[in-house]
Amino acid sequence: MSSNKPKKTTSAPAKSGARHSKVTVNSQWKAYLQHHRLTAKDSLLRLLRSPGSSAMTWLVLGIALALPMTLFVSLENVKQLSRVWDQSSQISVYLKKGVLPRAADKLTEGISNLDQVSDAIYISPQQALKEFSAATGLSDVVQGLQSNPLPGVISVVPNLASQDARAMETLQDKLLLYPQVESVQLDLLWVKRLYQFMELGQRLVWALAALLGLAVLLIIGNTIRLSIESRRDEILVVKLVGGTDAFVRRPFLYTGIWFGLGGGLIAWLLLTAGLYWLSGPVEQLISLYGSEFVLSGLGVEDSLLLIFDGVVLGWLGAWLAVSRHLARINP
Amino acid sequence: MAHVRFDNVSKSYPGGHHALSGVSFEINQGEIAFLTGHSGAGKSTLLKLIMLMEKATQGQVLVDGVNLSRLANSQIPYHRRRVGVVFQNHQLLFDRSVFENVALPLRISGYSSRDLERRVRAALDKVGLLKKEKQSPIELSGGEQQRIGIARAVVNKPSLILADEPTGNLDPALSAEIMRLFEQFNDVGVSVLIASHDLPLIDKLNHRVIGLNGGRIQGERPAGALS
Repeated sequence: MSSNKPKKTTSAPAKSGARHSKVTVNSQWKAYLQHHRLTAKDSLLRLLRSPGSSAMTWLVLGIALALPMTLFVSLENVKQLSRVWDQSSQISVYLKKGVLPRAADKLTEGISNLDQVSDAIYISPQQALKEFSAATGLSDVVQGLQSNPLPGVISVVPNLASQDARAMETLQDKLLLYPQVESVQLDLLWVKRLYQFMELGQRLVWALAALLGLAVLLIIGNTIRLSIESRRDEILVVKLVGGTDAFVRRPFLYTGIWFGLGGGLIAWLLLTAGLYWLSGPVEQLISLYGSEFVLSGLGVEDSLLLIFDGVVLGWLGAWLAVSRHLARINP
Repeated sequence: MAHVRFDNVSKSYPGGHHALSGVSFEINQGEIAFLTGHSGAGKSTLLKLIMLMEKATQGQVLVDGVNLSRLANSQIPYHRRRVGVVFQNHQLLFDRSVFENVALPLRISGYSSRDLERRVRAALDKVGLLKKEKQSPIELSGGEQQRIGIARAVVNKPSLILADEPTGNLDPALSAEIMRLFEQFNDVGVSVLIASHDLPLIDKLNHRVIGLNGGRIQGERPAGALS
């Protein structure tokens, strides 16, 4: 034994002698990954060891994550529904009295060639009168009329890109510029209201998501704080034998990730179950309005995003709690 | 170069309590020394300064020539890994096995599991607890718990071992056994500094003794002075 080489100890038995074994970068990296695996597993097992309180936390997180997501899915469905209705939205262009059929045809062709317009159909006064009498059953009255009181109308269907309120207004102004046009009527108010409503909904989703995201952070932060308190002795010992802050932090960050993952999964389950439960009645209701509409659920991408959000929030909440409370525990 | 060197070190706490005043001494590489004095004499504070659990208010503490007051906070863990510490109250974790308690410093330092197992078993073998590695520390006696603490302190092969009242609650026979362990580590070149007030035992061992009283060094006795 080389007692003149002081950096060596006897903790290994005689066969390895005082050989000071090196920790290579490669073995350290392997050990680092192994420690991550061990810590992740240990953190999960700790949660499962107190199933009652863990389940409660998971459920609370699940509900908090599910609420804004529910609103988001509802809004997406309303958007889809409004797209179906938008296709039926059209502009009625009333022509001046005395515009000749040939001029009206030419005008119709001109309008249908506009960029914002997908289709334009001319309805002559005679045709309009015929449709009116057929629809109302007032053919006797109509027959008694001296002259046709109805003007010629061009029914304009804007294309999809021009469906929003501002584009519709621009189109209206453009149509009014034609000399043969008397007036242009569009159900702008309805479209405006719908878009305002959706805008509001969108903001509501964001506000709710922000608030409940904050709630998730606080819930996880508080849970991690309690867990730090209960493992105070362990933290002290780890710090005393040379554990870095990252090492001390690791199990708590994994705990946060597990909480977030569980919360995300529960939120996804709640949402999927809720949509399944609602899909029947909603589709029946919509079909009464003669619309073909399928309640769309969460896509794979949105589902993964929801769960990922849960994980990120869990990790972040744990990080905040750990950086706040760990510094206070010093040997 | 001295392994541990105190240069006119003082430590006072807010409120004016002076735990150490003007303490200077050196522990050489491979030396074993006892730190004696009544409780409150400053023994624990002195060890805490070496471990960087406390920082000196005045003077310098050097370990391996490194001035500890210049060490960045991020470097403290790496400093502690080079020093093995045995605590009076053992500081063991009762929620895991004896094996895991001893393995903790190695997990922290990033040892692969094969290397880790080999080293933990060697350390447990050294303190005679190889057969109890699967048990929880709480099932073992006070003397055995102290030996787990020693195994944990040496498993990382530190060049310096500090012990704070390692025989505090043990009977004389067990105490002598524990001290014998420290001597064995010292035999292969590890520097050892033991704080203890077990004067009969210290006299019997006849190593160097540094006496503290009221935070000051009151007397020193070189190794072998009693024979």
